[in-house]
Amino acid sequence: MGKHIQTINNAPLTKTALTGGCGECQTSCQSACKTSCTVGNQSCQK
Amino acid sequence: MDIHKFVVNGEYILLDVNSGSVHVLDPVAYRILDVFNGANDVAVIAEYAAEFGETAVCETLEELHELMAVGQLFSPDAEIPPVFAAKPIVKSLCLHIAHDCNLRCGYCFASTGSFGHDRGLMSPEVACRAVDFLLEHGGSRKHAEIDFFGGEPLLNMATVRAAVEHIRRREAETGKIFNLTLTTNAVLLNQEILDFLNQENIQLILSIDGRREVHDRMRPFAGGAGSYDVVIANMHKAVDSRQGANYYARGTYTAYNLDFAADVLALADEGFGRLSVEPVVAKDAPYGLCEDQLPDMFAQYDLLAAEYLRRHRDGNGFDFFHFNVDLENGPCLTKRLSGCGAGHEYYAVTPEGDLYPCHQFVGRDDFKVGTVFAGIDKPDLCDEFRQAHVLTKPECRRCWARFYCSGGCHANAEAFHGSIHQPYELGCELQKKRLECAIAVQIGLKRIAADKN
Repeated sequence: MGKHIQTINNAPLTKTALTGGCGECQTSCQSACKTSCTVGNQSCQK
Repeated sequence: MDIHKFVVNGEYILLDVNSGSVHVLDPVAYRILDVFNGANDVAVIAEYAAEFGETAVCETLEELHELMAVGQLFSPDAEIPPVFAAKPIVKSLCLHIAHDCNLRCGYCFASTGSFGHDRGLMSPEVACRAVDFLLEHGGSRKHAEIDFFGGEPLLNMATVRAAVEHIRRREAETGKIFNLTLTTNAVLLNQEILDFLNQENIQLILSIDGRREVHDRMRPFAGGAGSYDVVIANMHKAVDSRQGANYYARGTYTAYNLDFAADVLALADEGFGRLSVEPVVAKDAPYGLCEDQLPDMFAQYDLLAAEYLRRHRDGNGFDFFHFNVDLENGPCLTKRLSGCGAGHEYYAVTPEGDLYPCHQFVGRDDFKVGTVFAGIDKPDLCDEFRQAHVLTKPECRRCWARFYCSGGCHANAEAFHGSIHQPYELGCELQKKRLECAIAVQIGLKRIAADKN
């Protein structure tokens, strides 16, 4: 942790361009919203 | 320079958009990032040394350069993943079990159940054929999802039961695992139905808007009487019967309750711990939301975020769907581009067996893309949905929230602009505010966990 900056997470999204895409995660609009597409609140199922 | 910085709940927060890295800043770093571009240290020192002192500015610059070196600041634009070019698999169906409803909700996008067409019930044959369609197009994915939707699906339990029986048989034959949900207004939930839904592990999405007067105003019975008393009693019975798990209480707020945080908290006070309350989407309606009301709505999300954290700190926290953002193990880039999947991974099925890109498109006849019997007959339209993602839509490509909302709702975009390629702006503004609050909430939860250890 730096003196002026605290990094909260370490999950580089860009790297998942090559490792992701298994498709096992739930369809996002199918869960609780039904009117507003939200993907960021899902977790990877890998 | 793809970053977004904001202040929520007293936290100075920086999101590095392409990497998804989140940082908490002190006020010096927060201000420096107004000028810093990764290669202009001299200009930054000249701008801020007098105000913050040269030592603090230089320390901060050093930390910023360290973040750049490890790819957590100013990370480059994402490329479209190769796997995204592959043929999509169908993951999920929304079965419109009944195009009819026993409530007359003022904001119903389904025109109180009929979706602008004749009222009707889905037959067991259509439902079972839809299950087979999903299996035929579901590829090697381990799971498949079906939502029993309406109108009101409890008006047609015979078909729900027949579909579940068929699903269990096909699971045994194929090894596929179905995750089932049922979206209901809770009016007809009786013990017999609850026993069945619990036994079959079907997640419930229970519609309720919050405070009694708010709920009754928009969710009356056909005769005009409010439905709150019936709904809240049945919801308690349902949630208790499944030990508080496997459900969401799902509300809609409108211009009539711009103080909607009170409705979320009213549901939490009722003991419902899994909540999703969302903005109504309506064009030219007195209850519709408009741009002038954004400051009020933003203030409600700030209030809700603070109260959410206070309750978690006090040991009586609740889950608010849109504050759940997984910063450590979130979806991959492919998922963030495929978004809701409407029209390529996800379809809605009408009582007649017609396929639409999603439940919101049902009744917009130009968007009928096929049937569960004959399959997709508009592959070009489905491909248009697949390709309408945040790296191809001009407004989204520039937006800091693009990898979290994934471009917003196609149906709302089409309803407001006649095109799925131009997002519905009010929805975007609310989405961005919710996301800022969600990130702040996740930081707050980490602090609470750290304090307890």
